[in-house]
Order: sequence, then structure tokens, then C-alpha cells
Amino acid sequence: MNKKDHHKTFVYPTAFHSRTSRLNQMQACHRWKDYLVADVYEDVALEYFAMRNSTGVFDLCPMTKHKITGPDALEFLNRMLTRDVSKLKPGRVSYCVWCDDEGQVIDDGTVFHMRPGEYMLCSQERQLDWLSISALGFEVTITEPTHELAALAVQGPTSCSVLRRMGLNDIQNLKPFGITWFDFQGSELMVSRTGFTGDLGYEVWIEVSKAEALWDALFAAGKEYGIRPIGTHALEMTRIEAGFIQAGVDFLPADEAVRPGRTRSPFELGLSWLVDFKKPNFTGRKALLEEKEKGSRYNFVKLDIAGNKPARDAFIYNSKKQVVGTVTSAIWSPTAKANIALASLHAPWGKPGDELYAEIYYQRELKWSRVMARATVVEGAFFDPERKKVTPALDF
Amino acid sequence: MTDNKVIIVGGGHNGLVCAAYLAKAGRKVTVLEAADQVGGAAVTREFAPGYQVSACAHLLFMLDKNISSGLGLEKHGLKLAAADMETVSLSQTGEHLFLSGHEARGGDLSAADVARLKQFNARMIKFADVLRKVYKGRPPRLVSHWQELKALAKLGLAVRGMGREDMREFLRIAGINIYDVLQEQFDSEMLKGALAWDAVLGGHLGPRSNNSVLNYLHRLTGDVDGKRGAMASVRGGMGGVTAALAKAAEAAGAEIRTSALVSRIIVENGIATGVELDRGEKLIASTVVSNADPRTTFMHLVGLKHLEAGVALQVRNIRSRGSVAKLHLALDSLPRFAGLDEKALGGRLLISPSLVELEQAFDFSKYGEISESPMMEITLPTVHDDSLAPGGKHVLSALVQYAPYKLKQGWESGRAELLQRAMAVLERYAPGIGGTVLHSEVLSPADIEREFRIAGGHWHHGEFALDQFMMTRPIHGSAQYATPLPGLFLCGAGAHPGGGVMGSAGRNAANEIIARGDGA
Repeated sequence: MNKKDHHKTFVYPTAFHSRTSRLNQMQACHRWKDYLVADVYEDVALEYFAMRNSTGVFDLCPMTKHKITGPDALEFLNRMLTRDVSKLKPGRVSYCVWCDDEGQVIDDGTVFHMRPGEYMLCSQERQLDWLSISALGFEVTITEPTHELAALAVQGPTSCSVLRRMGLNDIQNLKPFGITWFDFQGSELMVSRTGFTGDLGYEVWIEVSKAEALWDALFAAGKEYGIRPIGTHALEMTRIEAGFIQAGVDFLPADEAVRPGRTRSPFELGLSWLVDFKKPNFTGRKALLEEKEKGSRYNFVKLDIAGNKPARDAFIYNSKKQVVGTVTSAIWSPTAKANIALASLHAPWGKPGDELYAEIYYQRELKWSRVMARATVVEGAFFDPERKKVTPALDF
Repeated sequence: MTDNKVIIVGGGHNGLVCAAYLAKAGRKVTVLEAADQVGGAAVTREFAPGYQVSACAHLLFMLDKNISSGLGLEKHGLKLAAADMETVSLSQTGEHLFLSGHEARGGDLSAADVARLKQFNARMIKFADVLRKVYKGRPPRLVSHWQELKALAKLGLAVRGMGREDMREFLRIAGINIYDVLQEQFDSEMLKGALAWDAVLGGHLGPRSNNSVLNYLHRLTGDVDGKRGAMASVRGGMGGVTAALAKAAEAAGAEIRTSALVSRIIVENGIATGVELDRGEKLIASTVVSNADPRTTFMHLVGLKHLEAGVALQVRNIRSRGSVAKLHLALDSLPRFAGLDEKALGGRLLISPSLVELEQAFDFSKYGEISESPMMEITLPTVHDDSLAPGGKHVLSALVQYAPYKLKQGWESGRAELLQRAMAVLERYAPGIGGTVLHSEVLSPADIEREFRIAGGHWHHGEFALDQFMMTRPIHGSAQYATPLPGLFLCGAGAHPGGGVMGSAGRNAANEIIARGDGA
């Protein structure tokens, strides 16, 4: 598409549109960074269970992709991201966040070290502006091939088997957060063992002209492995179970915030492990160092809530009935068999053992009720299967 | 390993002032100047065999009295060739306007204008006094710390202390343009044109641009021997100021090295630890002070990669595109302006006949062109000072506006065109001047950038404007001389209180370093 004419298109179809639109029984879509994405194809529960029990395929085209090359590529990323990228070897991916000068998170994403010196940064939000600002003084080339590079998330216990069936030999030996390449009908197919579901799964990347062929090959291979396209609603459930945060839901991107105090630092999102003060300079370092010394304003926690009513948008109280925070994401987890939530609490609340309550409003046959459900701070992901980490990947 | 040393990058007047104060406080200071003599933009040099000129700034009107007496500059050789110079606003028909202090005569002045000028001047000086108060130290930060709040309260009190009516007027005009203010006050086009010159000199702005009143007040903070708004010519040119400063600094124990071009400020583990010279020599210091402009300092000497991204963006966005060119002429004889005697030639001669013509001259630079009829501030230093040219010969030094840094046609060909346009203008006021020119030199903003190592060729190391003023000069978070890079300070005109040969930035920076116990 001619970039000059972008305004003539209300919303972009993704590279898989010819396939996804046919499967989208509900015609339920929303706009993700100008692309049309399915909320649900048929049924949220079926799609969720496909991901947990067989294979779910999620159209990842709208994911913003930035390619970073040039002599200063590593130095650039190390100044922009809070973690130490020099530890990221070629053929590896790592999760990361980046902040503004005030140490407030702009977005999170994954950084791919593809071939030596060649990086790709993926994020939910469009970040080219911030990358360009961050590139001042660096010799780097940054492009945003979001529209040229099609991607699918292939997630679930049978995902490895599906890909093997498709002809990706040896894919089972790819370690978590590893990258490998295959030939696909004369084009380069990149496969990374990454995902947003907290389970065994892969993301596959190909030029858009081969997107439909890839989809067809994948679904043909997956036929006997319970493959199913999944929408964002089901993905949302899996990512909450995995304890992954989402921009615009669990935190407000700092560059979008208008009101002071609405943003969060990595410490306030439970991501202190991503901040490496051994690096002499990165954007936000001064502010984060000061925060580390003075203490944070918020704690980000995982909550196990009594009962089975999802604590969506609930206020969290302490035992003195003071509001100490709010839930940012919540579901009933079918796999963990638990009522789970992610929440942002005012410090010092949120330590394991704190006596907390979620104020949940729910209705039965249009009658609204309110319950104060006991909320317990838990550590670790709600869903963390062994098969996620095992290499070679298990054959289901 | 440190040598507990302060290194000052650049031996301009602020760098030398800073060096002198730090040395007086017992710091071990080394000044590194790239050129073969100190002075920066306050320097005298030969522009044609036997002819010397103040190569950049050419008049002295803002040097802080406390600095000149505190450092004993007279004792160290500073001598004025002329003080309290008259301003002559030239007329092509010989009906020139003369301005001296509160007095005005000639031109198209009305009696009412003469009276109003006194009131206007008195009020403007009162307003400028508010700035003078905050120029004495570091600007306050907008944080809830008692020291900062005290400084802010002092500023508020200074404004409030003017009395209700003046306070209202100050707040009304401080952020607006000089055109509107002068139109309210005066009838005489020549008077308005002449006054507006001082509101736009050196910046990328015309009389109708906002911030022009601020620039006017900034200039009025200066004095010569206590006389506000006065101007002086320095014996031996502006290099006389910096030569005296260098002597004062050396007398206090500072070491000054010339022909020592700093190629980079060394950053180790996020701290400025010294400098590297262009020949590879490395010097270690516990404190590095940069007299270079902020863009040169951060972008070229430090490197933006050593700053956080938001800071780097602010640095990139500092507005510092020069709009003034310098014209130097070696003359066989004094130029003859109709109706002007030789004594008047010792004053400051202005070609800024009206607000409209000044604004129209600016219009060209907005679009990257040289003014068709450039405006000028002319001095003939040889009228007072025989040390600058061979006997009987003269030197003309003129500031020519407007000459945009980013000239569409480029400055290689632009230089000749500017010279031709400037000479055409001069010829209209002093017919025959062209025939007396022995040598000429034009310094475009691009030349000024190269010769004086000022990014954008901007005299003030960054436009003087409300968004680059006090706590945001040069950028937010770097306004109190300490920069976001530990170990690095700024002491030049890009820092508070700004441009003009004042020395205040250098002294304030030294005080800040001393107060923090750095470089000890």
C-alpha cells in the first residue's frame, strides 16, 4: 500500500484477511493500531481451550515491528531499554520494557537479536517516534516493517507437533526464546519460541506475499491436532493466567498520559528484574535509581480471589476498609480453577500475607449484588506448565 | 584516578571569568582554548594586513561591574577607548536622530516623544532591574525545596515591589513584542526603529516577534560605570576584555592553554572524567566545565548517547540559528555621512530607520534569504583607538541583520551577495564609501559557527526567549549549571542568564561549583 494513501483506508486488513474473515463467524472485530483483528471467531471458550489443550493461532500482523541495524544498534538498544541487551545473543529473544526520562514505562515488548547486529523490537503500541527520538546521536537505521512482515502466534501443547507436521524439521529443539529460520516456498520463514500465553508456543514470521500460503499450510498440518484460529478475547484469558501485563490495560503508556501520577515505573509493575543499573546510562536510569532509594508509589500484584465472580474493575480494600488499589485485569481461570486478578496497589500494600478484599459487583438475572471477596497475594504465574520450558518440546 | 582538577573547555569571556573565580577559591583550574588566543567571541584579530577588529562582539555594555572590579580588570589592563557612546540613527537625508541616555534630539522627533522617552526609559530600567536581581545567581528550580522557593519568592517580590501599576505593565509586556509597545508610546518612526534594534539584535526575531521586549529588557540589565543602557568601546577591541580576564585568571592561579582543541569530553561509567584533545592527549579532571554552547557541548563533545533520550531531544531542539553577519572594512579614510561631524562617527551608528523596514528586513531571513536592505549597527573603533589600523586609516565594524544561518543558496555564494547588499545600503547613507574600501571581510553565521565554534553561529549560544530563559536555559534540568551528566557543568552564554559580554554565567557557574564542593 502506498503510505501516502493510508488515510483512504479506514482500517487495514491484515495479510491473513482472506482467511480470517472467512472463518470469523461472529464478524466481531476491533481496531488494533489501525488493523482489523478478530475478537472471537466462533466461541471464546472453544478458542481458549484450543490454546490450552491443542493449538490456537492468533493473527499477529498488527504487532508493531521495528528493525534496528547499524554500527550502534546494540548501544542504541542498551540506552533505550532498561535491561542489558549486550547479554542477548544472536538467535535469541528477550522480554523488555522502556521508559521515559522520568522512569515511567512507555511500553513493553520483545527484542529479537536475529543475525549478529540485526535486531527487531516488537511492541503493541506504535513506537517509531520514540525510537527516532532515542536514536539521536546514534548511528542506526530504524525501519518499521509492520506492514511488510506477516506474523502468527501458534500457541498450545500441540503447536510443536503442528509445525513439525508442516515440515519444520528439528523445531522441537528450539529453546524457549530462541529463533530459527526455515525455507518456506522459497521465502525465509522465521520462527521464534515466544508467545503471550505462558505455554508451549511459537511465533512465525514471513513476508506478506507468502502469508496466505503459510496459513493454509499451517492449518492443513494442524487439522489432526485441533488447530483453531483464536481472537483477542481468548488470548486475553491466557495472558492473564500467564501473568503478563498489557499496555493500556495494566499500565498507561507514559507518552499517552495526560494526568500526573497515572503512569507506572518498571518497579511498580513488578518488573524490577528488567532494570539493570550496572549499565551506566539508559533512559530513565536517574529517576529509577532515585525511586529505588526512596521507594515506589505502587506495587503490582497477582491476586487469588475467593469465590468465582471475576473481580473485573474491582477496588481493593485493606482490613480497615480503606481503598488501597484497583484490579487492572481479572478472569475466572478455567485452567488454574481460580478467580485470578492483576492489581495495582498503593505501597506498602501488596505483600504476601496482606489482608485484602476485592469489591466485586455482579449480577444474576439482572439483579446486581456486591461481594467483598477475600483477595490473597500470590507469587509466580497462575499457570506455568512444565511443557513451556522443556526442550526438546514435547510431542502431544 | 583524578588529579582533583577543573578543566574549562573554551576560553571565552565566561570561561575565563569562571576560571578566575574558581582559582580564587583555590581550585586547580586549566582553561583549554582551541584558538591561538583566548577570547572566544570577545576577541580582537587581524582581518587584513595591519587592520585589527573585534571579530564578533564589538561593543561593551553588559559586563557585570562586580566582576570587573572583583577581578581587578582595570589593573589587568582593561581600558575603555570610549564610554557612554552616543547612538546615531542614520537618515539618508542627513536628519539624523541622536540618542544618549534618556536624551534624544534630531530626526523626526516630536516634543512629546522626547518627554515620553524619559518615562519609557525609566520604566524599562525598572523592569530590567527585576532581571538583574535574578541574574546574580543561579535561577530557581520549580520544585518544593525551601531554597528554590525562597529564590522564587524573591523574584515574585521583586515584581510585586514595583508597585501595582508597574507590575501590571511588566506582566502585560514582558512576553510580547516591541513593535506593539513602541507603537503605543511614540510617534517618531526613527525613534521606534532605533529602539527596536536593541530588541532584535543578535536573535532570529523581528520587532513584531514575541520575546523582543524580553531581549530589550535583557540588554537594559547592562550598564557602563553605572549608567544603564550605555555602551563602551574597548581599547584594543573586545580582545582587551578577555586579555584582562585571562591575566586575572592567571594571577589567581589558573592555567590557560591556547591552541588546545578539545575533541571530546570523556565519559566513563556515566560520569564526565576529563577531556581528549584533537591530538589525542587526554586530561583527567574531577570537574569539566564547558564554555562551549550547549549544543556543541552535548551533541559534539559529550555525544547524545551519553544522555537520556528526553534530554537529548531537548538539546536537539534548542533554537540557536544565528541571524547576524559581521562586516569588517578597512577604509582609506573616514566615511562621510551627510550632516554628521567626525565626533559623531565615534558613536554607534544605526541603520534601522523604522519598525516597518526592520520587520521587512527580518521577513527575508524567515525564508532563508538575505535581507534585500540589511539593517546595521556600525562602529568605527579607529575614531577612538589608533592601535587598530595604520595611521590615518580606519576600520569599520558592522553587525548586519538579517543573515540566516540556513541560507537557501548556501553561504559560499551568499557571502559575496551579503557584502554587495550591505555596501549598497552603506552607499545610500555615506555616498562614496565604496571607493575608500581597502579590504573587506564578511562573517556569515556559518563562518561564525566555524571560527568561534558556536553551533548555529548564534551569538547568544541559543535564542534568548521565554522558553529558553531562566529555569529552562538552556534546557530544563540543566539550568543550574550542573548538567544531567555528573561531573559536567555549563558556564557559557547558553546558560542563565544568557548572552552578551556579561560574565555572569561564568561567575554563577563558578559559585555553583564552589557551593557544591566540586572540583576541590
